Amino acid sequence: MTDTLSDWNLLTLVGADRPGIVSRVTRVLYGLGCNLGEASMIRLGGNFTIMLMVSGARPDAEILDALAPVAGELGLRLHLDPLSGGLHQHLLPNIQVRVAGADRAGIVADVTEILAGQGFNILELESDVAGERERPVYIMNIQGYSDQTIETLSGALAPLTERGVSVDVSPVDVLIG
Amino acid sequence: MAILDILKLPDPRLKQVSESVASFDQVLRDFIADLEETRLAGPSAVGIAAPQVAHFQRIVILDLSGRPKTPNHGHLVLINPEITHWKGFAMGREGCLSVPDYTGNVIRATQIRLKAQDADGVEHQYEMEGFEARAVQHELDHLDGLLFVDRVVSRRTDLHRRKVYK
Ligand SMILES: [Zn+2]
Repeated sequence: MTDTLSDWNLLTLVGADRPGIVSRVTRVLYGLGCNLGEASMIRLGGNFTIMLMVSGARPDAEILDALAPVAGELGLRLHLDPLSGGLHQHLLPNIQVRVAGADRAGIVADVTEILAGQGFNILELESDVAGERERPVYIMNIQGYSDQTIETLSGALAPLTERGVSVDVSPVDVLIG
Repeated sequence: MAILDILKLPDPRLKQVSESVASFDQVLRDFIADLEETRLAGPSAVGIAAPQVAHFQRIVILDLSGRPKTPNHGHLVLINPEITHWKGFAMGREGCLSVPDYTGNVIRATQIRLKAQDADGVEHQYEMEGFEARAVQHELDHLDGLLFVDRVVSRRTDLHRRKVYK
């Protein structure tokens, strides 16, 4: 990782989901001559969220001005922040932690604190609420890198099982072929 | 022996379908040696397929001998390989010598039966599971002009749920 500012900005857009958001936004960016890098676009709670690496070929103000009409029309809130680092800095996870339980309060903090204590570097975390409305089940999937063994990590997370939280630690085996 | 150039995405030749091998001769053995040297020169690949070096014949090398914890058949040269039976499915992360700096999740069969010839043209049958089965499916895709990027699914694709309620 580098700490120096790069040519990349992080564009964040959040708003009620409706058709055409991605195409409208990316068309504007293309029109400005911006390059797009890594992106995460996903629905969260019925909202559409976009986090998008945009090359800083243009001044920030110009990018924001150009997006303003589309954002206004589609009801999107937007942010543009300078980004350190850039493309081609992928780290490969070697461990996956799956968590599921009825107990939502504090579950994320509890799991991630234990992992942090083991020097586990979280690379991706996704969580969702499944089950029925009256009986929600919190499901979390973490991928990351750790030098600890599966047994050590499982052991560290074991106290959560007593709270009825199911925790599964398994290797992420990346096949290269 | 020689290290051959690996075709990289978006080279259109990676989409070419490879031809069956008909002659099991010295030319074939020499090529297999080069293909193996190329595999070993790269970043720890467990397999390589001939079309990845622009040689469009149905030849695959697989080597899981360095993974004692995973059930496997060791070092294999698979000529004209064919999967005759599939069972189960699982998601797993894959990368490829032909697709640098990218990995993605792919759903593959967890158990397969494989028919293939060796470098002398002798036919063998293999029962494979898990990582080895995944590796074979990845390599056989190359012979049909497919890359794992053609099969990548989102991590949100919830296999777990489907398994529970099957
Ligand atoms: Zn490959």
